[in-house]
Amino acid sequence: MRSVDREAQQHEVTPLQHGFDLGRRDFFKLLGGGMLVCVAAGRAVPQESGRGGFQRHEMPNTLDSWLHIGENGKVTVFTGKVEVGQNARTSLAQQVAEELRVPLDSISMLMGDTDLTPFDMGTFGSRTTPQMGSQLRKVAASARAVLIQMAAEQWQVPEAGLIAEDGEVRDPKSQKSISYTDLTHGQKLMKVIAAEPPLTNPNDWTIAGAGVPKRDGRDFVTGAHKYASDQIRPGMLYGKMVRPSAFHAKLTSCDTSAAEKMPGVTVVRDGDFVGVTAPDLMTAERAASAIQAKWDAPQQVSEKDLFEHLKSTEEKPTEGRDQIVKGSVEQAGSGSAKTLQQTYTVAYIAHTPLEPRAAMAEWNSGKLTVWTGTQRPFAVRDELASAFHMQEENVRVLMPDTGSAYGGKHSGEAAVECARLAKAAGKPVRLVWTREEEFTWAYFRPAGAIEVKSAANPDGTLLSWELDNYNSGPAGMGTPYEVPNQRIEFHPADSPLRQGSYRGLAATANFFARESHMDELAHELKIDPLEFRLKNLKDERLRGVFQAASERFGWGKNQAAKNHGFGIAGGIEKNGHVATCAEVAVEKGQVKVLRVVEAFDCGAVVNPQGLRNQISGAVVQGLGGALFEAIHFENGRILNPHLAGYRVPRFTDLPPQVDVVIVNRKDQPSMGAGETPLVGIAPAVANAIFNASGVRLRSLPMVPKGMPAVS
Amino acid sequence: MAVTLVVNGSLHQVDAPPDEPLLYVLRDRLELTGTKYGCGEGQCGACTVLLDGDPVRSCITPASAATGKKITTIEGLGNGEHLDPVQQAFLEAEAFQCGYCTPGMILSAVAMLRKSKTKLTDKEIISHMNGNICRCGAYGRILEAIHAAANMSRSTVDAKR
Repeated sequence: MRSVDREAQQHEVTPLQHGFDLGRRDFFKLLGGGMLVCVAAGRAVPQESGRGGFQRHEMPNTLDSWLHIGENGKVTVFTGKVEVGQNARTSLAQQVAEELRVPLDSISMLMGDTDLTPFDMGTFGSRTTPQMGSQLRKVAASARAVLIQMAAEQWQVPEAGLIAEDGEVRDPKSQKSISYTDLTHGQKLMKVIAAEPPLTNPNDWTIAGAGVPKRDGRDFVTGAHKYASDQIRPGMLYGKMVRPSAFHAKLTSCDTSAAEKMPGVTVVRDGDFVGVTAPDLMTAERAASAIQAKWDAPQQVSEKDLFEHLKSTEEKPTEGRDQIVKGSVEQAGSGSAKTLQQTYTVAYIAHTPLEPRAAMAEWNSGKLTVWTGTQRPFAVRDELASAFHMQEENVRVLMPDTGSAYGGKHSGEAAVECARLAKAAGKPVRLVWTREEEFTWAYFRPAGAIEVKSAANPDGTLLSWELDNYNSGPAGMGTPYEVPNQRIEFHPADSPLRQGSYRGLAATANFFARESHMDELAHELKIDPLEFRLKNLKDERLRGVFQAASERFGWGKNQAAKNHGFGIAGGIEKNGHVATCAEVAVEKGQVKVLRVVEAFDCGAVVNPQGLRNQISGAVVQGLGGALFEAIHFENGRILNPHLAGYRVPRFTDLPPQVDVVIVNRKDQPSMGAGETPLVGIAPAVANAIFNASGVRLRSLPMVPKGMPAVS
Repeated sequence: MAVTLVVNGSLHQVDAPPDEPLLYVLRDRLELTGTKYGCGEGQCGACTVLLDGDPVRSCITPASAATGKKITTIEGLGNGEHLDPVQQAFLEAEAFQCGYCTPGMILSAVAMLRKSKTKLTDKEIISHMNGNICRCGAYGRILEAIHAAANMSRSTVDAKR
């Protein structure tokens, strides 16, 4: 099973029964005349490659509208993808402008609105660039062909000689030109695209491939941008939830009388759901804390028993799904071979998006509209429809560009809670989770234990590789190295905490285990860690990034200073090729990351400026989970649900030098870059710590309280 | 109960309890939503505003503590079409990803730069800005933007002389 399927499955995507079908006239009413470019719904580049459970049902009579070329010269692009800081709004607009041959600023992106954009499963799995990017390029290229055809008809000339450029069609022979605006003026044309058009070669890109500034940048620096938590509706109230005492707790009694006496307060109780609305946030908070709720919580597994629990509740991997088998590991590793066996662990960590979950909900004549920060607006729409027993077409979810997510906003808890409160109050309600709620009632990156057993010849040729991942996940568990005998398995287990996707999924954990273990083997074999990797590596693109990173870093050329160490790690995940080098200093029991070089290859680069931002940001974020981030829990309660107790990377954690090397492969398809740049840093730092100190750290986070005392 | 506040140069009579956090007054009563809620505990800096030029965490500052002081929010920086040099530098360096921390970052930087008479070192900037979290990890670009803004401000001052 592919990781995206697993990721989606974790969040129970309900197959869609009905596709939204806004009348075409409504689009023209919204955007004015011009040309609307449609594709038969479900006939576009499929969201999924044939896994029935996640595909929308066939709707041959329904059309998805992807592009509107307005008579005012404005182009509107419709996509269910959302912007959470990863720069999709900009990079997708660039790709449309490129294929349509229009100026970038003529494009406006309408994203993540379930009433207006074609169905989309969600913004995750680094799929926006490879899938939505190519989908929109095809739509735009087809639209360009239609416009050329229209001009050819008007001028009574063959299409072949005409050129589309800068928002107009030109005939170089007659020197005539006509703008797209004039071609579509006063019309309400609907064009349905069926065939796949040829796309522009990345070598010829002028708008795609350029480091254009992030869209709406000015609104971010002036505070004008409205996030989900900034939405204001006339007559709105403020919501606040009353939370259980622990996970899985049941409400046994609830005295709401004091809260009900507060002016303007409405108490909402529905089963174990308890919340309030009030005319202002402070009153809502006071009302919620005035509610005397008693909860009965079951005994639950605590942190100290975590890994034992995961091992004891493991399920057998499903053959072919969570398993990679090659050759026979039983046969390998005898005689003079060097063998090694180690266990690596990772803790639960929290996404900690700076904007917590937030929603604004409004009911109007039986219809529900919710603005919320989510990576999956259509899934949240379905959650709402299901929670309130409604038809999906009566629920609209809008996703304002959100204060980050990192895989942590797949679900619609705040949206559902907010809608329930708004329904009871009969007015629009805004609900913003507190930091403590976000740290407790969201979901976590899975913790896990990973056992690796390996064998190699004394010359450094890998013979066998066994990896067992308990609970953390299968993403990135395979090895990119050439090993004749392999047994790699993911063992699902019973997680004491609610867990879900996280930027890069389990690749962080699996890369940490694999690349640490490779380093350990290299050390045992007395071979340079880079040389050892390259000796066992054929993949040309991964070799390319290893070489790019190590050259920039000066690997093998410079000697580490006293108490300093160098480390290297890399791999392939979601078609991104990453190699990371790190230099650390281990002094007075503290680890300081001094220098990081990361080389990344994700094919033809759409926006190098945005990509650099993603890569350097991922390195910094990855340092948190590598060095000090961990959720502590006991018997169904989170012990550190505050930023004072849960340390995230701050300015002082920024390595003084972070070098990003982009390997721009214009001969390769463009791939996503939101996740994979994160997964090389933990093992690179672990290996550098070992190089500096001789201490091998096999658990993430590695140094939450500084270097462990060496016995 | 009314609280009198001077926000971005305008006088406001706000019907709010004096102990209501300044953050709520700004966001909910004055609809100045550029100031963000991040943690409610003064740990992340997303809610930073200036009180008489000093950076404060508005989530843990009662409205009453701001009476008689000049409150500056992100909406009060710059002048119509013209951005403050720090805003301009953040924009040019693209020192953000999701942008949620940006208003607080900018105000913390503005407070620091307005007080500094000499060229700031990386170390000084890092130490001053360490209370502001950028979860996207854009610290490198933010540092770059602050240096650029410092140079811009200095050249403006030089030009005026």
